[in-house]
Amino acid sequence: MTRPASSTVVLALLRAQLRLELRTFESLPAMCLFSVTAFLLFHFGLDVDSLSGNLASGVLWVTLLLAALLAINRVYVADAEQGGFDAFVLSPAERSTLLLAKMLVLLIYLAVVELVAVPAFAILLLEPSLWQALPSMLGALVLGNLGIAVIGALVGALAVRTQARDLLGPLVSLPLLVPVLLGVARWTAPLFDAPRAGAVALRWPLVLALYDAIFGLIAFALFDFLLED
Amino acid sequence: MYGKGLRPLSLITAASVALTLVAALFWAPNDAYLGFLQKIFYVHVPLAILTLCGFVAAGLMAIAHLRTRDPRWDMRSYVAIHISLIFGVTVLITGSIWARGAWGHWWVWNDPTLVSFLLVMLLYATYQPLRFAIEDPERQARYASVFAITAGAFVPINFAIVRLAPAYVHPRTLSNISGNLPGRMQVVFYLALFAITLLWITLWRFEMTAKHVAAQTRRLRALLGEESDEEGPVRRSAAPSLTHAGSVS
Repeated sequence: MTRPASSTVVLALLRAQLRLELRTFESLPAMCLFSVTAFLLFHFGLDVDSLSGNLASGVLWVTLLLAALLAINRVYVADAEQGGFDAFVLSPAERSTLLLAKMLVLLIYLAVVELVAVPAFAILLLEPSLWQALPSMLGALVLGNLGIAVIGALVGALAVRTQARDLLGPLVSLPLLVPVLLGVARWTAPLFDAPRAGAVALRWPLVLALYDAIFGLIAFALFDFLLED
Repeated sequence: MYGKGLRPLSLITAASVALTLVAALFWAPNDAYLGFLQKIFYVHVPLAILTLCGFVAAGLMAIAHLRTRDPRWDMRSYVAIHISLIFGVTVLITGSIWARGAWGHWWVWNDPTLVSFLLVMLLYATYQPLRFAIEDPERQARYASVFAITAGAFVPINFAIVRLAPAYVHPRTLSNISGNLPGRMQVVFYLALFAITLLWITLWRFEMTAKHVAAQTRRLRALLGEESDEEGPVRRSAAPSLTHAGSVS
């Protein structure tokens, strides 16, 4: 049997996962709802009507990170419970295509959630206008999402076939995600400064890109070992 | 085989730890600013270095496990993380005492070394729960190795990144050593590092020996057809058992 091209496999896996999501709506609505609820929680918990600078950046990114955990916990559940892993291992496809497909799924989920959460944040809590921050913020969103997707796809696979997956997923992934949070939060903090945006320090984009690349390599090197049984 | 040479090693370790304590307490000069409190440095810093090196070593042992599929490498990695976790708790405690004395607070957020150390400890605190949550011993070992490699790589990267945050109050130990630690302090520091390294290795070997003896006893009992002392359903365990491979040496 000839081995199918990796891109074909990745696209097929991606389509299957997205179709599953469109039929069940397990992750995306929950993530969007969670983000908006979290903004409300911060409003009441901090007792503020508008945020700027460090605080705004931190609230936005902590919310997105926690929303991402909902997807990280779920992204492999169908594969683990309904034989998806077994079927995939029996197929001649390259193992790492599954990791790549799950990363893409997480990236798409995060992008959709941010389409809802970032405008909601701008309306509900952000003091300066979103438009001044948006151009350089896009880079932070891309590199931040990439980091979450890389670590989420690896840790999700690690946690899904354990007996405490809902606990282990967040507990293992959050410490690994702290450098990502540090990078994106420090990156966008000056963009949210109240009267006018400050300058972005160049080191945060570099640090994030490097972190994403290193953990991407680690994930691809180790993913095969999580699949064999 | 792990018990071989354990007695002389233990004696040397005990002697060098005792020597270090004596040297640190009576021979090294008191610090000009911190006075006697500075002596905790000789315990705190080597313990911290050994904790982190132990985590990285556990990651390397896990790589060996995934390459060779020898369950003994998984056991070595497990024991290394176990010892390093215990060392890490003592680092957090001694560090807190030092911070209280030097800066007036039990915990200081604007110090990257402290924060990254806590982060590493929180990550490794999930290692045993992860193992415990996987019943099949072979898969438990494999998943634990994947975790140990990822976390082992995270240790140095995390320290580098958190250190980029601007505020520093923590003394840069290693650059201080080459820079401005006076002679006697430097000698005592290296002596302490040597003693604590020996302590880590000795404890690691003690635990390895105990685990091997337990596995071997279990195997011999099974050969004799004796009843297992663990009645009823097999208990889940976070510790690797070595029995699933059937090779105990």
